[in-house]
Amino acid sequence: MHKSLNEQDVGTPRSSAVQQVTLEIDGMPVSVAAGTSIMRAAAINGVNVPKLCATDSLEPFGSCRLCLVEIEGRRGFPASCTTPVESGMKVRTQTPKLQSLRKGVMELYISDHPLDCLTCAANGDCELQDMAGVTGLREVRYGYEGKNHLSDKKDESNPYFTYDPSKCIVCNRCVRACEEIQGTFALTITGRGFASRVTAGVDQSFMESDCVSCGACVQACPTATLQEKTVIAIGQAEHGVVTTCAYCGVGCAFKAEMKGTEVVRMVPYKDGQANEGHSCVKGRFAWGYATHQDRITKPMIRSKITDPWREVSWDEALDYAASEFKRIQLKHGRDSIGGIVSSRCTNEEGYLVQKLVRAAFGNNNVDTCARVCHSPTGYGLKQTLGESAGTQTFKSVEHSDVILVIGANPTDAHPVFASRMKKRLREGAKLIVIDPRKIELVSSPHIRAAFHLPLKPGTNVAILSSLAHVIVTEDLLNKDFIAERCEDKAFTEWRDFVSQPENSPEAMQQVTGVAAELVRGAARLYATGGNAAIYYGLGVTEHAQGSTAVMGIANLAMATGNIGREGVGVNPLRGQNNVQGSCDIGSFPHELPGYRHVSDSTTRHLFEAAWGVTIQPEPGLRIPNMFDAALDGSFKGLYCQGEDIVQSDPNTQHVTAALSAMECIVVQDIFLNETAMYAHVFLPGSSFLEKDGTFTNAERRISRVRKVMPPKAMLADWEVTVQLSERLGYPMNYSHPSEIMAEIASLTPTFSGVSYAKLDQLGSIQWPCNENAPEGTPIMHVDRFVRGKGRFIITQYIATDEKVTKKFPLILTTGRILSQYNVGAQTRRTGNIQWHEEDLLEIHPHDAEDRGIVDGGWVEIQSRSGTTVLRASVSQRMQPGVVYTTFHFPESGANVITTDNADWATNCPEYKVTAVQIKPVAEPSQWQKGYTRFAKAQQDLLNQAQNG
Amino acid sequence: MDMQNLLHMANKIGSFFASMPDHEEALQGISGHIHSFWAPRMRSQLLAHVDTRNGEGLTPIVLEAILANRDSLKPQSELK
Repeated sequence: MHKSLNEQDVGTPRSSAVQQVTLEIDGMPVSVAAGTSIMRAAAINGVNVPKLCATDSLEPFGSCRLCLVEIEGRRGFPASCTTPVESGMKVRTQTPKLQSLRKGVMELYISDHPLDCLTCAANGDCELQDMAGVTGLREVRYGYEGKNHLSDKKDESNPYFTYDPSKCIVCNRCVRACEEIQGTFALTITGRGFASRVTAGVDQSFMESDCVSCGACVQACPTATLQEKTVIAIGQAEHGVVTTCAYCGVGCAFKAEMKGTEVVRMVPYKDGQANEGHSCVKGRFAWGYATHQDRITKPMIRSKITDPWREVSWDEALDYAASEFKRIQLKHGRDSIGGIVSSRCTNEEGYLVQKLVRAAFGNNNVDTCARVCHSPTGYGLKQTLGESAGTQTFKSVEHSDVILVIGANPTDAHPVFASRMKKRLREGAKLIVIDPRKIELVSSPHIRAAFHLPLKPGTNVAILSSLAHVIVTEDLLNKDFIAERCEDKAFTEWRDFVSQPENSPEAMQQVTGVAAELVRGAARLYATGGNAAIYYGLGVTEHAQGSTAVMGIANLAMATGNIGREGVGVNPLRGQNNVQGSCDIGSFPHELPGYRHVSDSTTRHLFEAAWGVTIQPEPGLRIPNMFDAALDGSFKGLYCQGEDIVQSDPNTQHVTAALSAMECIVVQDIFLNETAMYAHVFLPGSSFLEKDGTFTNAERRISRVRKVMPPKAMLADWEVTVQLSERLGYPMNYSHPSEIMAEIASLTPTFSGVSYAKLDQLGSIQWPCNENAPEGTPIMHVDRFVRGKGRFIITQYIATDEKVTKKFPLILTTGRILSQYNVGAQTRRTGNIQWHEEDLLEIHPHDAEDRGIVDGGWVEIQSRSGTTVLRASVSQRMQPGVVYTTFHFPESGANVITTDNADWATNCPEYKVTAVQIKPVAEPSQWQKGYTRFAKAQQDLLNQAQNG
Repeated sequence: MDMQNLLHMANKIGSFFASMPDHEEALQGISGHIHSFWAPRMRSQLLAHVDTRNGEGLTPIVLEAILANRDSLKPQSELK
């Protein structure tokens, strides 16, 4: 869907008022919502009032004096951006006097502006240039010889944009964007009068400052003052295509601004319903990996992983892969092979992989990497509420009075939603943070958590039961809601359970490490503070009791009636772009699309009729089961699309031993990732810019991914799966991903109303979308739960098996940071490396001092699974006894340390709790030395293929 | 597959359902969960362990659940 490069900017934000006001603008009667600015009222009725400091993503500021108007009966020339409409008002936007005033203002601006328009990067996209034209500026009476800023030094420290102060008109749009939209408050105007300049931090460069490089300032800048380096390098784009970001579960809409098939820049799309025009450093800027030199664009095969790769044709590679899978099945049985599809892939790709496994492989051995992140969400919410999905829209947070964040770090992992959340918090909503670390939300500019419960890792369930204990025993239940909406027996059992003294905050204090009064205060606030919403992430799910904790969260929402309307709900923040979608479309081994169990004969027959095959009625292997089965010799072949199990799954040495025991591993990816080093067939994948499809974000929002350039390897990923399936004897006949979605819709009741045509029409759709909800379902469980009555479930706290001991006295917990994404395959190949070039071990000063560890020094981290070495970052963010690291770099070996412990219900790994010991060392671990040798050998084998 | 791991997984499932006040519901929960989420080869191996080693290593409630719902845990291929 091509879009105009310059969408209309109506100057000020939309008014939410219902009441209409009628007025007259330039003799034309217009009706708009009360509270609308005159500027906006004029613009939406086709009258463009000149402006520079106004833009519709920011509150009006009234400083540039270009948008002056005349209002009958009023003295002077009010600014149209800051003046709201009134009934009967008569406005004139164009008069000789206004023209004269505006021209005078423009003369002042231009007297201190470089007149290099023809060579300026913003030429053709500059509002100052436009306003010079609109106001008829023909001369500058003051001349150009006076004081100016033309020799001010540029700040080029940021890898993605420059700050050229000579072009700044001090409109404040960048400063306001940083405050109002992003909420970082990194920019300010320093100096007075003529000396006024935009400044990052305390007279720092952008890179030295608190700037998070979200791009909001660049987006807001009306000139070339803040300009993308790609635009400076290659010029303005000539067309734009709306698509969806391939990073986190927020699923921001972007306009890919293109010059032919080359991306010039990615601009957050104003009408994108997930992000409403905002972005983060990853989506906005870190897309260069798509054309990185490491991309592999030719299929390759080899017999053994010690052999050099051999570049071959698509036909030869696919023939070889299919023949190997057939050979293995003939030798080891139908169930000896399987498939894994990444949650980074589109819905259509995921659907095809599970279809290939069920129909062409003839088994149910298919899984998705959602296994290792949010599978407990699917299980826990299905059991309690009846649907494996979050309940709200992101926009719903605008109606929240209390926000409870548990096990999530939105400012790093879901930054665009975090900005919306922070905006609501600045408006006065109260915040409860439950996290072992003092994450940014606990205390940041204009944000202070009312309660921070710094629990010990692994004790979420204890805290949740304690919160429930307070709500029940202090009579804070929403009894009417429970009586009407929930199962009585289950509620009674749950109430009796949580009321037990052993679940009180006082009793649990020893377990959680959180003072009882903090828990009581947080529970009272959550239950009585108005609309209360819970947001959670992998800090909840990636535990031995991950599913239990998800159920505990749902229990709290039901107990207080905080579900089924705006501002409340249970909101899982999904890690990757299509975690929700990959689960929706049947990537789990026990479920067909729409979360229907394979043992459900009615559903199975539906798919059997459509696919023309028999589907096995029993669940297949989950990812960790596949590894175990590989080690016992019963699982020999794997088709792995888009996922890097070697780097992202726990206990790396267990994973690599399993892969080494297999006979044929087929990896489909854009890079030779860590898993591909163990592969026998490499099928080059396509980036999100090279294919059509859809992603479904954390709010169940299905959005289009649109192809803006041809696949580097000639085939889009869905085409590769189709061709592989054909060679396995099961032809799939699709000419476009829209046909795959049509098939999903025809077989899945919650998707039955979804089509590419409707997505084009509506922009995006939140499922369920069917005859009952033709335009989708923003808020779920409004009048009744999907399962009928909500089901409270007892959440007994059971300590993890991963005990701290004298040998392993510290707890390691892992997570993400803002600039890197997951295994880093994408972000490590971008300028984001400047913010985070290695994984560090965060450790509290007391723990560091006890061990003689200094900031920046090398430390060995040893667990029951393995040993690795990282550099230390001594940080007060940690609590004593807990250390933290990220897993963005393969050589870090973060998952060499993590263990096979997993959630009892779903096998989701317990990444968040690993008992470790730390000590200072001088050299890498044995694993790291071995990894370095292996990775170099694999790179040499690749080079041999590529160099012929 | 590694028997100790299967026993560990089964016992973890048992620990969750053991807190249910309705014992019969807990037994159904345990066997139902294993039936719904374990691949047939895993269930076969678990049942074989119960047969040959009297369920050694399983917690009492898990063993009770398996014995009470043994037929439902058999892979369908073995029922034919």
